[in-house]
Formats: sequence, structure tokens, C-alpha cells
Amino acid sequence: MTAVNLTHAETRRQLRRARLSEFTKFARRFAGNPLGMIGLAILGVLLASAVFAPLLATHDPYLPDLVHRLSPPSFENWLGTDELGRDIFSRILYGARLTLLIVGLVVATSAPIGLIIGAVAGTSGGWVDAVFMRITDVFLAVPKLLLALAFVAALGPGIVNAALAITLTAWPPYARLARAEALIVRDSDYVNAVRLAGGSEFRIVFRHIMPMCLSSVIVRMTLDMAGIILTAAGLGFIGLGAQPPLPEWGAMISTGRKFIFDQWWVATMPGLAIFIVSLGFNLLGDAMRDLLDPHLRRRA
Amino acid sequence: MPAVLINRVLGVTGRILTLLLTVGITLIGLVALTFCIGRVVPIDPVLSVVGQKASEEVYQRVFLEMGLDKPLWQQFLAYAGKLVRGDFGTSFVTNRPVLSDLSGFFPATLELATLGLLAGTLIGVPAGVAAAYWHDKWPDYVIRFVGLIGYSVPIFWLGLVGLFVFYSRLDWVSGPGQIDVFYQGIVKPVTGSLLIDSLLSGEWEVFGNALSHIVLPAALLGYYSLAYISRMTRSMMLDQLSREYVLTARLKGATEYRAVMLHALRNAAIPLVTVIALSYGGLLEGSVLVETVFAWPGIGNYIASSLFRADINAVLGGTVLVGAVFILLNMVSDVVYQMLDPRSNLRRR
Repeated sequence: MTAVNLTHAETRRQLRRARLSEFTKFARRFAGNPLGMIGLAILGVLLASAVFAPLLATHDPYLPDLVHRLSPPSFENWLGTDELGRDIFSRILYGARLTLLIVGLVVATSAPIGLIIGAVAGTSGGWVDAVFMRITDVFLAVPKLLLALAFVAALGPGIVNAALAITLTAWPPYARLARAEALIVRDSDYVNAVRLAGGSEFRIVFRHIMPMCLSSVIVRMTLDMAGIILTAAGLGFIGLGAQPPLPEWGAMISTGRKFIFDQWWVATMPGLAIFIVSLGFNLLGDAMRDLLDPHLRRRA
Repeated sequence: MPAVLINRVLGVTGRILTLLLTVGITLIGLVALTFCIGRVVPIDPVLSVVGQKASEEVYQRVFLEMGLDKPLWQQFLAYAGKLVRGDFGTSFVTNRPVLSDLSGFFPATLELATLGLLAGTLIGVPAGVAAAYWHDKWPDYVIRFVGLIGYSVPIFWLGLVGLFVFYSRLDWVSGPGQIDVFYQGIVKPVTGSLLIDSLLSGEWEVFGNALSHIVLPAALLGYYSLAYISRMTRSMMLDQLSREYVLTARLKGATEYRAVMLHALRNAAIPLVTVIALSYGGLLEGSVLVETVFAWPGIGNYIASSLFRADINAVLGGTVLVGAVFILLNMVSDVVYQMLDPRSNLRRR
């Protein structure tokens, strides 16, 4: 009994060591990719400003100060003030939280949904596969932004509803990916071994097939984040995302729109924030794909 | 895969039938989706029509009118049947049939998206070829950088900045809208596209004015599609240029131009058809944001402004229309792909 436990502990330790070395190898290769590191740095700044917003902010993001309304960037207000005299720099810092919230919500819902649907469809095959993939195709064929718009229009505006709407349009690519991976492994020896040992289909899908789909889903996730940020900002800009006085970047651009010709900073600054963050996610995603994509790796 | 069998037996007809079937199913899916959004998602679909303040009487009447007392599948059939007959419902705001609203706004969107696509293709494809040819040299870096920015920038914000710089400060282009008020209504609408109409009637001033209005939004959409098209062209050309037939052509003394443009590009061009069709669909969709910024009287603007007046019929009608165009574009690109690709006769699916 003890012997068995010992060997188990030993294999576990070996497994952990192998994983660790795999990870450090990956980290080292990633560090050799300057663009990817820039992306990572931008993401770090975003995270830091979201976490430490109260410490970093120079002003209260919600407190109107009508005396200083629409004042240009200055030493006092680094990025100027908006139509209620609120400090734009502080609002952008707090807006980072909303951006992360939306991205987090969308990724945390759409990736698992897509993963489960794809893995189940790919593993079971037959009519389950056919039905699931038809549904996926329909969602893929419909223009995303419009679908999200219509969905928010029906649900009512709001940050959670916007995230829900984006989720609704974001899961199909994950399902496609997971299905493709599941098709590759579903008849492999180790899966058949589990099947022979009496593992249920449920167990096979969740414990043995899904983990194999994870890496491509994760790469796709990083690549998608920039798109999610842009869509969320677009919804906010149209007025269907976060509602005032929340400092959501897209909504900030939408209010700044009225002043674009005379007080350009009101709309320009939050737009720059969106641009830089989505650039960061794009750089990060490209680097991840270059490193992890098996097709590219083979060619290199 | 029974599809393979059917293809073998019926050949071309079979393939067209399968394609039509796929498109049909997708279209039904689209209609089902909008149906769900319109009838199932809102807490109370009647309230979304009559508003909060309606009296009990009105509420009951609309409830029956909308057929909400019937089972869901009957409601769906009724909805789909209406759509097929071209009845998209009535807009609560304009009080006109949604379809006639849409057909009034569609040409402006089409004009904008087409111009954008032309710009994106005419610049994007050569840029992608150049990037692949000078792989990992400075042209490649420049083109990839420009493309990366196009992927990352919020297009509506770029539109605002463009208006600020080129309209307000430099005064190179005209501001929002399709044409100055002064020139409005001079040309008789024939095709619906202001540019073509003014050319047809020889109104040069109107044409010039319309052109100065469309340049900025079209350039934006062009940039948006350029980012995608140049990236795809680059990766396809990279793939083709590494093939042996290109080497063979070079060995046989073909000029670089011939080897790249006539041999490699011809093979890369086939999948490019799909890419370009997809980005056309993307532009129709991207026009929602751009049209809002530029007050462009197109479908995107119509949908966005309907959203605010809770005009769900107009929103869903617009979604169905753009979605259907999107799906049909996909189908056309599929067909063109098969016609261009000699292998697809033998190896399809």
C-alpha cells in the first residue's frame, strides 16, 4: 500500500517537474520576443492601474468640479477635464477596472461554453456533432457586432448585458477549435485505455479530452481579447454598454464627441487608452501564437 | 460523410444543392436568432413595443396583435412567413414599413462599404505581397506595423480624430453627413449612390462635394479592411513563395515579377476571394460605428438611432437584412472559389 503511494507521489513529482521545466522553457522563449514583452508590459500597466486606481488617481473620478470644466491638459489635470470638470486621467484609471471586468466576464463565459460544446460534439460525433456544429455555423455566419447590438437592445443597456451580448457572439470560434482538437484525440490510445478501464463518456470528455483542447483555446483567448475590448468600447460608444457616470472608456468617448472640435482631449484620451490596451493584447496574442501554434512551430 | 457520396453521384448539381441547403439552414438560423432576441429575450415584449405608460386596453390589444397568446413555434412560423413576404414590420418611429426604410438607407451604406473595400483591396493586396516578398525586412515590418495598428484602434475613435484633424483643423475634407445642405436634392436618385448619380447627370459640383464628404469615412473603412486583407495576403503569399513551383519558375529564368505576380499571386488569389468577401461583410457591419460618427444616412446609422428609440422592429429588420447579405456574400465567395480553384472539382470536402 505504502509502496503504491510512494510511486504515485514520485510520478506526481516528476510530472510537476516536467511541467515546471516546460513552463520555464516557454517563459524564456517568450522573453526573447520583444513585441510580446511590450504587450505583457502594457497588460501589466493595465492590471496595476485597475488594482491601484484609488492610490494612483489624482482626483475623485466621479466628483464634478464645474469651475474647471473642460480645461485642457495641465499640471493639475494631466489629461484635462471633461464636461463636468472631472479629471480624465483618474477616470481612465478607474475605467481600467471596467475594461478588465468586461473582458474577464466574456472570456470566463465564452471560452468554457465553446470548450464544452466543441469537446462534446467532437467526442461524440454523429448527430450530436452535426446539430451542435450547425448551431455554431449559424452564430459564425451572423455579423457579430449587429447581433450584440440587437441583443443589448432587447436586454437593455448595462455593463453586464453588454458582456453577455459579446459572449453570445464570441463562443463559436472556441467550439470550432475544441472540436478540431477533440476529433484528433478521441480515438487515440490513451482515450481508448480510459474507455477500456470503464471510464464514463462524461469522464472522458471532461478529464481527458478537454485538457488537450486547452492550449489552443488559450492562445485564441489572448488573440480575442483585443477584439472584445474594441467591441465593448463600441457598445459603450453607441450608448449600450456601461451607463454614466461610470468611467467606461467607450462611453467617455461618446460624451467627448460633442466637444471634439474645441476640447479634443475629452474624446481623444480615453480612445488612446483603448488603443494602447488593445495593441498590448494584440502583441501578446501574436507572440503567444508564434510560440504555441503547432503549425507555425513546425514551419519554423 | 454522406456529403461526399452525394457529391460523387450528382456532381455539380449536388454541390449546388448542398450549398443552397447550407445557406437555407443558416438563413433559418438567423431568423430564429432574431426571433429569439425580439420575442423571447425581453422580459415583456409588449412593453418593448407600447412603452411603460400604455393603458391596459392598448396592452391587451397589442398582446393579441403580436400573437403572444399562441404557442412559440406558431409565433416563429408567423414571423418567418412575414419575413419571406418582405414584411419586416412597421417602424414605431417613422411609422413606415421597416423594409422601405431599409431600402432607402441601404444604398448609402453600400456606397461607403464598396468604396472602403476598393481602397482596402487595392492597397492591401499589393502591401501583403510586398510584405511577403521582403519577408523580415523593413517593408514587412512597416506593413505589419500599420496592419497591427488597424487591428487595435477603435474605428469610431479614429473617425472622431480624423474629423478633428482633417475637417476642423486642416479643412481638407467636408464634415459629417453625405452632402452639404446646399447641394441636397439637386440630383435625381437613380442608383441611390450619390456619387454615381451626380456623375450620370453631369453635376460636377455635387460630385465634388459628395466626394469630399465620403473620403474620410471610406478611408477609415478602407484602413479597417486593409489591416485584415494585407495580413491574409501576406501569410498566403509566404506560403506560396516557399513552394517549389516558384523555385522552378525562377530556375527557368522567369523574371522576379513574373515568378511572384503571375505564378505565386495567382495561386494565392483564390483563397483571397474568400478573404475579400468576408471583409466586405465586415465593412457592412463596421459601418454601424462609422456611420454613427459621420452621421452617414445609411443602415448602420438607422439601426443605431432606432436602438435609442427602442424601435425593436427596425433593429431586428436591419440585423436580418445585413445578416442575410453577409450569408449570401459567403455563398457567392464559396461559388467563386470553386469556379476558380481547379482542384475543387476533385477534392471537395
